[in-house]
Amino acid sequence: MSSGELIWTDEGPAGPNFPKNAESAVADSQLRRNLRKATGVIRERRAGLVAETPDWQELRKAGAAIKDETLRHLDTYLERFERNATQRGARVHWARDATEANKIIGDLINATGQTEVIKVKSMVTQEIGLVNALKRGGITAHETDFAELIVQLSHDRPSHIVVPAIHKNRAEIRRIFLDHLPDAPRDLTDDPHALAEAARLYLRKLFLETEVAVSGANFAIADTGGLLVAESEGNGRMCLTLPKTLISVVGIEKLLPTFKDLEVFLQLLPRSATGERMNPYNSIWTGVSENDGPQSVHIVLLDNGRTKALADHTGRQALRCIRCAACLNVCPVYTRTGGHAYGATYPGPIGAILTPLMVGVEHAPQLPFASSLCGACYEVCPVEIDIPTVLVKLRHDAVEADRHKAQDATFAAAATAMGGRRRWSAALKTTKLMRFVRHGAPPPLSRWTGTRDLPDPPAEPFREWWSKRRNT
Amino acid sequence: MRVALFATCLVDALFPDAGKATVQLLERLGQTVEFPREQTCCGQMHANSGYFEPKLVRRYVDTFSEYDAIVVPSGSCAGAIRHQHVMIARDAQDETLATRAQATADKTYELSQFLIDVLHTDDVGAYFPHRVTYHPTCHSVRMLKVGDRPLRLLNNVRGIELVTLPGRDECCGFGGTFSIKNPDVSAAMLADKMEAVIQTGAEVLCAGDRSCLMHIGGGLERIRAGVRTLHLAEILASTDGEAAA
Repeated sequence: MSSGELIWTDEGPAGPNFPKNAESAVADSQLRRNLRKATGVIRERRAGLVAETPDWQELRKAGAAIKDETLRHLDTYLERFERNATQRGARVHWARDATEANKIIGDLINATGQTEVIKVKSMVTQEIGLVNALKRGGITAHETDFAELIVQLSHDRPSHIVVPAIHKNRAEIRRIFLDHLPDAPRDLTDDPHALAEAARLYLRKLFLETEVAVSGANFAIADTGGLLVAESEGNGRMCLTLPKTLISVVGIEKLLPTFKDLEVFLQLLPRSATGERMNPYNSIWTGVSENDGPQSVHIVLLDNGRTKALADHTGRQALRCIRCAACLNVCPVYTRTGGHAYGATYPGPIGAILTPLMVGVEHAPQLPFASSLCGACYEVCPVEIDIPTVLVKLRHDAVEADRHKAQDATFAAAATAMGGRRRWSAALKTTKLMRFVRHGAPPPLSRWTGTRDLPDPPAEPFREWWSKRRNT
Repeated sequence: MRVALFATCLVDALFPDAGKATVQLLERLGQTVEFPREQTCCGQMHANSGYFEPKLVRRYVDTFSEYDAIVVPSGSCAGAIRHQHVMIARDAQDETLATRAQATADKTYELSQFLIDVLHTDDVGAYFPHRVTYHPTCHSVRMLKVGDRPLRLLNNVRGIELVTLPGRDECCGFGGTFSIKNPDVSAAMLADKMEAVIQTGAEVLCAGDRSCLMHIGGGLERIRAGVRTLHLAEILASTDGEAAA
């Protein structure tokens, strides 16, 4: 079993400092507006499509059941996938963690003699920090997804699973293109068509000239050995079909037992992810097709903490995730902070459970607390991941792994006070003191009174009223 | 039917009016309500902060297991009892407690559930001549699935002018200790909720959870918004003779 290595969690032994990151994110008015607008649009579209799908709840149940079955017999399905993919001409490689995966991919690219590759948008390559790893080995990887291109050009980080540049508006994108996109027209406007055209002219050249592509996959099909990438732009398909060599990195949880299972997931995914009935491009390839498409096809199956997550009885359901990001778009926390505050590859509610499950909660102890436990994520999740329950479980693990004496003492004192009728009655008498601090309390209660008054304490607690009433 | 009130620690300590209103309402509907004095807290605040307290689960079960129905004026605490007590007992490897916790949770009802599902009434004969907006709290809607029960009850209140809260499905930002651990995000969520409340022109914000109301109400008070908060029970307990403050 291996722990994951996720990029950006290297902010020190305490992991990402969500409350501190959120403080500046929440204060960024442009970011707030961009997020509100973009998540609002996707949320509305998704809600409309779900409402018109009468068997949506059954589809969710089917999706969860198929994933659970796959995860229960993951070893069997992985070997079946390897056998079938190999039979069809693909080479399958196994990577325990990010370092191993990056080494395998780097070696494969070096073997082609090439120093440039084009990339399909993929979360797993973000997860392993592939682009930087390749760069260290002298290989340049070009992002070809429109939003990933924006992020790469501006030396930024993706802030959303499906919409990586959600934190940028079109005026900001125009500026980035003018500053960083080779051959961007000087009279470029912020019209979306003009921006897309500028990217298209730049990318076309890359598609035609580059001989190696790297991708992830949305699904890996055990009974055929095939992979599927779903996307909106067609840029992914360019990468998947034009180069001579195609290397795909696939998390081991991406497996589906049979081709037929796509019936369920190709209904769930586009509705949940982009608010579409189907993705404009669904590319499926199975090994090598003679004289058509890449003639050298490699698949890197990646663990990187997934088996660690699988070992967690409550948390393993997070491995059902199909990276649709519906939970981000409805999350009242994510929609106010954006993805960077989470300090890890996977942001939002799913990231708040997936990251600690994969790297160990001791390396990301604040992430499970980055939620008000409102449950909006669970409600929209297409594979019924009970994110709030997993969050609470991980909070419990975090408290056990990362002891804070003052907090432990506070909760122990509260539990003791609540442990008996007399003690509780005595504790209730102290609420009157709240009167003196209700407009401004010392830390840590100052975090409450900074924006809210505390209640005016009552003349008597409920139980005293009850006693008097019974005695009259 | 022996009916017990689980007031919740927050109502017992800081918001006795919500507890009194629950008692008055249930008595007006012909119920005899008991308040077992051994009760304290359901343990949700602890659990959601990462501290599982099987002792508090055991206290709840020991206090209430003999009753036929336990009424809780809180969607959040009722939700915790129904969804967390068994989990906490199992985590402590106490199967006996888990079984008893399940049985007690099964007869634990949030107020609107008790009125509609057990007493089979959605008109409690209340009178409340004020402009009111209702915030459906997250745990009551998503964890307990109370649906439109509170609104059905409010719609039948005489004299009430009920206005829809824009963006009502969105969390207010309380989240228990979330409000302290992540004060900036909590405040940002609160700001949007307050804006929505003020937009309605309501004089009263109503909800089934005093905890969320403590947070929204504390914010409204800070900015002198001139909107007061009342628990659902307080509006339902109001009659022509005895109106809530």
